Formats: sequence, C-alpha cells, structure tokens
Amino acid sequence: MSLALHSPVFIVLLPLSASLLCLAFSRIHRKLGAYVVQLALFGALISSLVTMRHVLAEGTKSVHYWMGNWAPPIGIEFVVDPLNTAVACMITFLAFVISFYSKPFLENEDWLHYGGYFTLYGLLTVGLCGMTVTGDVFNMYVYLEIMSLSGYGLIALGGHKSMLAAFRYLLVGTIGASLYLIGIGYLYAMTGSLNMADISERIQPFVNTPLFAFVVACFLIAFGIKMALFPLHGWQPDSYTFSHPGAAGFISGCMSKVPAYAMLRYFFYVFGIHNTVMGALMNVLGIMGICGILIGSVMALAQYDFRRMLAYSSVAQLGYIAVGMAMGNIYGFIGAVLHLINHAFMKSSLFLVVGGIAYRFGEVNLYRLGGLNKKMPVSSIATVLAVLSMIGIPPTCGFFSKWYLMLGAFEGQQYIFIAVLVVSSLLNAIYYVRIVEQMFVQREASLTEIHDPETKLGMPLSMVIPIGVTGLAILILGIYSSSLVTNIVEVGLPEVLLK
Amino acid sequence: MDALNEFLARRGIYTLVMILFFLGVYGMVLAKNYLKKLMAMNVMQVAVIFFYLCFAQKEGGMIPILVPGNVDPASYINPLPHALMLTAIVVSMGTTGVAIALLMRIKEIYGSVEEREVLRRASK
Repeated sequence: MSLALHSPVFIVLLPLSASLLCLAFSRIHRKLGAYVVQLALFGALISSLVTMRHVLAEGTKSVHYWMGNWAPPIGIEFVVDPLNTAVACMITFLAFVISFYSKPFLENEDWLHYGGYFTLYGLLTVGLCGMTVTGDVFNMYVYLEIMSLSGYGLIALGGHKSMLAAFRYLLVGTIGASLYLIGIGYLYAMTGSLNMADISERIQPFVNTPLFAFVVACFLIAFGIKMALFPLHGWQPDSYTFSHPGAAGFISGCMSKVPAYAMLRYFFYVFGIHNTVMGALMNVLGIMGICGILIGSVMALAQYDFRRMLAYSSVAQLGYIAVGMAMGNIYGFIGAVLHLINHAFMKSSLFLVVGGIAYRFGEVNLYRLGGLNKKMPVSSIATVLAVLSMIGIPPTCGFFSKWYLMLGAFEGQQYIFIAVLVVSSLLNAIYYVRIVEQMFVQREASLTEIHDPETKLGMPLSMVIPIGVTGLAILILGIYSSSLVTNIVEVGLPEVLLK
Repeated sequence: MDALNEFLARRGIYTLVMILFFLGVYGMVLAKNYLKKLMAMNVMQVAVIFFYLCFAQKEGGMIPILVPGNVDPASYINPLPHALMLTAIVVSMGTTGVAIALLMRIKEIYGSVEEREVLRRASK
C-alpha cells in the first residue's frame, strides 16, 4: 500500500496541520479544535506503529523518507531506525493519552483558551516527534525551537507564578538553541553537509582537531540545557512545578527525554565515541550524571511540594541516562535507552496523579495526602507502581533499566557508577516511599473538595483512564522489557559499539 | 605587526562575532531588567546570524544568481547559510514575540519588569 510508505512523514504532518487548524475549528465550536488535534494525535500514533512494523519486519535497519523525493545530502530526509520508532511511539502514545486528561482542567475556559491550549499541545508533539525522526541537523534545530516555543506557552498557561518560570526557561533555552546553532555552523563549515549520515562519514578526518572539540562541547551544553542535565538544570524545577497541570505529565515525561535522545544520537551515531575528544567528553558526561543523580536525589528529599519533588527527581533520573551514555558500552547504551523510555512513563504517571489531586483538592503538599487510597483508588495504585519502578523493584520497568546500567558499569569496571546507582536507589526509596506511606498508612487528612469527583474512582473518567493506562504501561514495559531489548534496542545498536 | 595583520585577516571577524555572542550572554546574566535581558538575548541571536554569514563569504564570489554562461561554482558564494539564517531569523522573531507576551503578563501581575521588584513580589 502506497500510503504506508509515507507513514514516517505523517507522524509529524498530521499533528502539525491539525494544530494549525485547531483555533479555526475552535471558533466554530469551543471543543471542535480539541477533537481535531486528538484525531491527528491518534493518526500520528497509528503512523508511528505502522512505521515501526515496517522497520522491524523486513530486517531493514532503517527507513529513509526523502522530503519531496530530493535525495540526501541535498534534500532533507527523515530517518527512522528501530530506536527512533520506539521513541516516536512513546511520544505519540503519551501525547494521545494525556490529551484526554487535559480536558477537565479546561472545562470553564472560552474557545480561545481551549483551542489555544490544544494548538500548543499539538505543536509540542510535532517538535518532539520531529526531533526524533529527522535526519538533518538544521531540521532538528527547527523542531527543537517548535518544541521549546510551544513548551514555553504551555508552561506559561499554568497560572501567575508560571509566567516567571516560563520567561526564565525561555532565556536559558535560547542560549541552548543558539549554542546548538553555532555547533551546526562549525559542523557545516568543516564537512559541507547538513545530513547526519553524511556528516558521520565526512567528520572522521577532523575528529582530533580543536574545532571538533568545540562543536562537541556546544552540543553537550545545548542538549544539556534542554534535558536539564545537572549543572544546567536551573530552569527545570520551577517550570515543571508551575506548568499547566493538564500538560505537566506530557512536558515532564517527554520534553527532557527527547533532547537526551538527540544527544545520544549525535554522540553514538554521528560522532562515534572512539576518539580522544569523545573519550574526554564521556568522562565529563559521567561526572555531570553522577553529580546530577546525587544532588537531584538529595534536593528531592528536601521538598514538601509534590510537583517540585518530582521535578528534582527528574534531574536525578536524567543523570542515569547520562551515566548510561558515559559508560560507552553496549549494556550502558541499552540501559540509557531503556531508562529514557521507562522514565517517560513513570514520570508522566506520577505527574498525572499529582494533577488529579490538585484538580480535586487543590493540594500539592505531600504531607497532606493521608487516606487518599480510599478517595482515589486508581491514582493510588498507579502511584505505587510508579514508585516501585522508580526505586527499581521487579517486575516494574525501572528495575530492568537499572539492571542494564549495572551490567554496563561492571563491564566497563567503573565501580563508582555502581556505588552511585546503589546510593541513589536508596535515596529514591526514602523519598518515594513516604508518599506511599502518606497515601495508605497515615490517617485521613482533612481536604476540601474544589471539584466534584463525578465518578466513584475519585475523578472524571477522562482523567482516571490516562492515569490507569500509564500505570499499567509501567508494568507492561517491565514484563515485556526483554522483548523490547532484543527486538528493538539491540537491532538498532550503533555500529561504534559493535566493533 | 605581520602576525597581527595575519590574525585579523584570518580570524578577526570570528573573534568579533564571538565577543558579540558572549556580550549577549553576559547581558542576559547580569542585566537587572527583564526587558534588557531580552535585548541581550537578541544580541546573542544576531551574533549567531553574523557567524553564519561570515563563513559563507568568500573572496571574489558574487551573489548566487545564475548568470548565463557562468556555471562555475567557485565564482558564487554559498547561498545555503543565508537560507538557513532566514529560518533562524524567523525563529528568533518568534522567540522574541513569545518573550514579549510573557513580559506583558509579568508586568500585569507584578506591576514591574525589574528583576528585584518582581522577585520581591513573587516571594510574598
């Protein structure tokens, strides 16, 4: 079927056109635009699944889609390899599920806010998916900016305090984007190409020059800012805390993972890790990751705002991904990729739970959640699953990514990573188990209801189902993680690691 | 003196561009007014645009419009960086627009765009 051949481009094209039309439809009827965007997100999910089937079926290592049939390196191409499809499926799945979740928050808004929210939401998905599937470095810059600009908008929709958070994120994020642009400039000046596959060949004569070191440093800082890697994470706690509660799950789940994935693609697929510059860079990345894990965990321990605790926990979890990359061996790589996917589901699920609590009770203090298991059963169960996964207890998915990271550290004989992983798992246990204790053990806190629960499950159905689905996904990803690794991650391993 | 001339001829313009870039970063860090921070951000973005235009330049090249009879690529300058920068200019305009919209809301909420004043009122 010829339409299936075009599936890579539909991942981006459908949400893009729908979100641009969203406001016009919303003008006709307040909720129409949202339905159009949701339909497009569903279409994007289907196209990424079709692409995944296409990529995995024929033993083809990757699908190349040429825009307007212009052959690379002149034309822009979308490259979909097994890892890309996995990440794209993750993004579109979360985007589709969480789009239902946002609706109760917008119930009393007029058409402009209702449509505007979904426009930004759709564009955020476009940026994330585009960054994942594109094979052109400048194209990635454009998607990065689409992602960032719609992200600033969604964060700013969160209320009064969020304006300041969004503005600060904008300033810091623009520094990151500008550094990325400078990096591309030098790459282009060195190699004369903007196509990733082409660059990976042409860059090889230059890998020991100072210019290459400069490019790599630019990319590290640019993606480090966007993924909130430890010393560059200053914007992140405020942004996650005050962002729009309907979108917080999606923002926290995907917006930091995709730059991490882009960084991984550059380092392992384009630059190759076996040269002196990248070797030094891996050390820096490892130190940043270790500091991020420890400091993020300790800061999370000190918070009493549930959302802020989750935000600091994200800093720590991004540290895991950085450490996995820094190991520079197959197990570390698998651990990093697996953790990237798993953590997106864990953190989304937890942020959805917090949003639900804030929706019904207007409460985010994690010491005032006593007796919540009776009032919100589904949320409590999802919290337990996510917490177990965060600590790393089988059969939840968090265990398996940490397992692979451990294996990687053993293989590379980097025992400091093992020590840090163990210590941080303990810290995770301390600060996450107190939430479960509050919910299930503590006596009931006196909470005032600001929204009617509507159903017996404690929340409107459109909020309960996403929480249940992401909670279940944590379990399913854990149970099927071996097939995820053998069928997808191991097929897409970069060549530099296989030598 | 020759060394200086040589340096200025080869690297002078890039040095200036980098100074401009880091002036922008410096301004974003140290300015006490959010609007000034925004202006410093624009300076930084313009520095990146200059950088692209500089390395696209070449001696003896003419603007990349096809002249009948002249198909030698060496006689034209490379148009691709300019095309990229058109996109970057649009992006920087978008960023500035979003930033100004956010600043207007900050001004509405806190009554000021001075960092100290805003932080004082935000912490209340």
